[in-house]
Amino acid sequence: MNFEEFEELKTHFSGEAADLIPVLQKIQGAQGYLSPESIRRVSRWLRISENEIYGVATFFAQFRFQKPGRHVIKVCLGTACHVRGGEQILDVLKRRLNIEPGAVTADGLYQLERVACLGCCALAPVVSIDGKIYGQTSVLKIQELLDGGLHHDQP
Amino acid sequence: MTSLESRRQEARNNWRALQNRPWPVIYVGAGSCGLAAGAAEVIEAIEGYLRKTGQRADIVRVGCIGPCYLEPLVDVQMPGQPRVSYSNMTPSLVKGVLESFLEKGEVYKGRLVGHFGEKGTKEFPRFFDHPMLAPQKRIVLRNCGIIDPESLDQYLARDGYAALERCLSMSWSEVLDEVKKSGLRGRGGAGFPTWRKWLVCRETESDKKYLICNADEGDPGAFMNRSLIEGDPHALLEGMEIAAYALGAREAYIYIRAEYPLAIARLRRALDDMRAVGLLGERILGSDFSFDIRIKEGAGAFVCGEETALIASIEGKRGMPRTRPPFPAVSGLWGRPTVINNVETLATLPNIIRNGAAWYSQFGTETSKGTKTFSLVGKVRRTGLIEVPLGMTLRQVIYGIGGGLAKDFKAVQTGGPSGGCLGEEFLDVPIDYENLAAAGSIMGSGGLIVLDKNTCIVDTAKYFLNFTQAESCGKCVPCRVGTRHLVNILDRICKGKGEIADLKRLEDLGRTIKGGSLCGLGQTAPNPVLTALKHFRGEFLAHIVDKRCPAAVCRDLVTYRIIKEKCTGCQRCVQVCPTGAITGPRSEPHSLDMSKCIKCRSCYEVCRFDAIAGDAIVIES
Ligand SMILES: Cc1cc2nc3c(=O)[nH]c(=O)nc-3n(C[C@H](O)[C@H](O)[C@H](O)COP(=O)(O)O)c2cc1C
Ligand code: FES
Repeated sequence: MNFEEFEELKTHFSGEAADLIPVLQKIQGAQGYLSPESIRRVSRWLRISENEIYGVATFFAQFRFQKPGRHVIKVCLGTACHVRGGEQILDVLKRRLNIEPGAVTADGLYQLERVACLGCCALAPVVSIDGKIYGQTSVLKIQELLDGGLHHDQP
Repeated sequence: MTSLESRRQEARNNWRALQNRPWPVIYVGAGSCGLAAGAAEVIEAIEGYLRKTGQRADIVRVGCIGPCYLEPLVDVQMPGQPRVSYSNMTPSLVKGVLESFLEKGEVYKGRLVGHFGEKGTKEFPRFFDHPMLAPQKRIVLRNCGIIDPESLDQYLARDGYAALERCLSMSWSEVLDEVKKSGLRGRGGAGFPTWRKWLVCRETESDKKYLICNADEGDPGAFMNRSLIEGDPHALLEGMEIAAYALGAREAYIYIRAEYPLAIARLRRALDDMRAVGLLGERILGSDFSFDIRIKEGAGAFVCGEETALIASIEGKRGMPRTRPPFPAVSGLWGRPTVINNVETLATLPNIIRNGAAWYSQFGTETSKGTKTFSLVGKVRRTGLIEVPLGMTLRQVIYGIGGGLAKDFKAVQTGGPSGGCLGEEFLDVPIDYENLAAAGSIMGSGGLIVLDKNTCIVDTAKYFLNFTQAESCGKCVPCRVGTRHLVNILDRICKGKGEIADLKRLEDLGRTIKGGSLCGLGQTAPNPVLTALKHFRGEFLAHIVDKRCPAAVCRDLVTYRIIKEKCTGCQRCVQVCPTGAITGPRSEPHSLDMSKCIKCRSCYEVCRFDAIAGDAIVIES
């Protein structure tokens, strides 16, 4: 996020302390994560110490502090998905991508996440890839999706 | 106030006109669940078909009508005919449906669920006579799947905002009284009488008061609030206006989880539409009631569903609960009196005001009035969102509405991470706040997760404890450290390394955590383990003494085996095995080398669904 973009973002808020979380959400929405530099800027603008901002941001699962992967794969591990085998789907992805949840593959292509419920529990187990939700997946279906090569999609 | 009435009249005419279109109208269930099942692709196929054939038809995107397992649902309405609903549509199937209706003028026979007309027959049933829908009483869900959630007019046409108009002609105390008489209790979990919170807030002196709608829906495995907001956002917003009027709030927030982008978009759209017609802002509908609503997206913390944590998070802080009292109704957001209500509680209000408290309280039991929505999921045949009068038994819900299970029933989990698993012996318990509590679980927000004999109770308890452990805000030591120990002990048991003394450890530790935690998260976190220990002790003992997982779930305790007699040697499992553990020439029974097997389940699934023989691979303990 460059200077102009940040200045533009500021116009959407009144600059109170209560804006902190929505501001961080907006920054993450724009650049995919919270860079140290953006936190510094928010700190100066809202007059909240960087320490405190990290305190708030790390409390919430939504915020990331590393560059996201090009494709974000979220495996639902809500209760409905758990009892229908979500864990096993996560295992397959961990093995195939060779990363742990929260990490990005070395080539920057894939990011693996675990989430607690995407709200489509009736279609468990559920996986979301780049925001699109896939219901009634299975160990096999998810591999077919991977084999189909998500890389060919546009990011 | 006449402006809304004339608009409503026009909206009614438009609604009637939609039902009497001289050309076909196609309704597609396009809530998150419909989209997850492929509704977008189906809509594309419909549009493509219409373009190609040059036919004229309207496409209406509606919310989820409930039976999510039938998604994507597509309804076709021919001129002069009622809507006819089809299930599990795919792009290729939907072409057949359209061809039948639009080219041949015939009702398509396959995947028919039912029609929306008056009389049903065996061959051509009514949609609402479907076994999943017939036993339901749809009050708060009345518009879901019926109207276009992005259309204020369609909401108005179905008596939308009539309850608000009625309220504005009543005094605040009359409104509160009506809600009191209805017997409405909070749908967010605790079941606190709604009117009582309001009264405390009303009677507290302050320059400002706030209303907050809790749409955080943190219970993993429950989606009632999402579905309701996606399918009928105005019902919630009208309810918020009624509540705000009664308790004297001029400002409100909707705290909604960021995982629900579609619901957020629908709310934003609905708020804009309200503003445009004077249903929001200064002097609503010409009255002296002024009110505005803002949306706050949650940032992913289960504990923020708790009232005081939620308030902290809106104020821009870490979402940590604080001690109560003072209760938020006395001192809440920015120190002002604040009422927090759940989505469903609020969305019920218009129905109570429109139809009267006496009408509403005819449903339900002595202590728990009205209806409740549940997300019926897990190992039940018919999964989805349902609404039933309180007092219906678990058996009626699971076997009647849900159609039972494919395998033997083991338990039903209610109340999410704060609740517990209830076995066979509780199936005839009428569902209400008191009965579920007496059975050792809680009503919670409405998650009903059905477990069959292939679900391990110890694993399920471990699952919930893992969840609460990760979500504990860390303020209270018993919750922060205690839940971790519970997880460790459960993990040990699941690995076959537990000892008998662990059971007592779980119980003692569970009680300590319950007693020593500040907020509802810690106070209820041990419930899943404690109820499991109470009702399913034998399953714990099987893990500890016999080193067996009777449900064949716990990975360290199961093995995979190929049944030689069943295996045709089709090689599908050989192809999918990632470690080369399965070998064998084509057409001869394969063999499995357990030393290489990582228990990934690929072979099991491929054999069940894809192989020539099927079911030749078993997982045993
Ligand atoms: C850990 C925790 C999580 C909660 N999560 C939710 C939630 O997601 N949605 C909700 O409406 N209430 C939740 N509650 C209950 C709320 O604190 C509060 O009681 C409720 O929103 C009040 O609304 P009601 O009176 O309309 O039920 C939670 C409580 C606790 C302790
Ligand atoms: S549990 Fe996975 S979508 Fe709800």
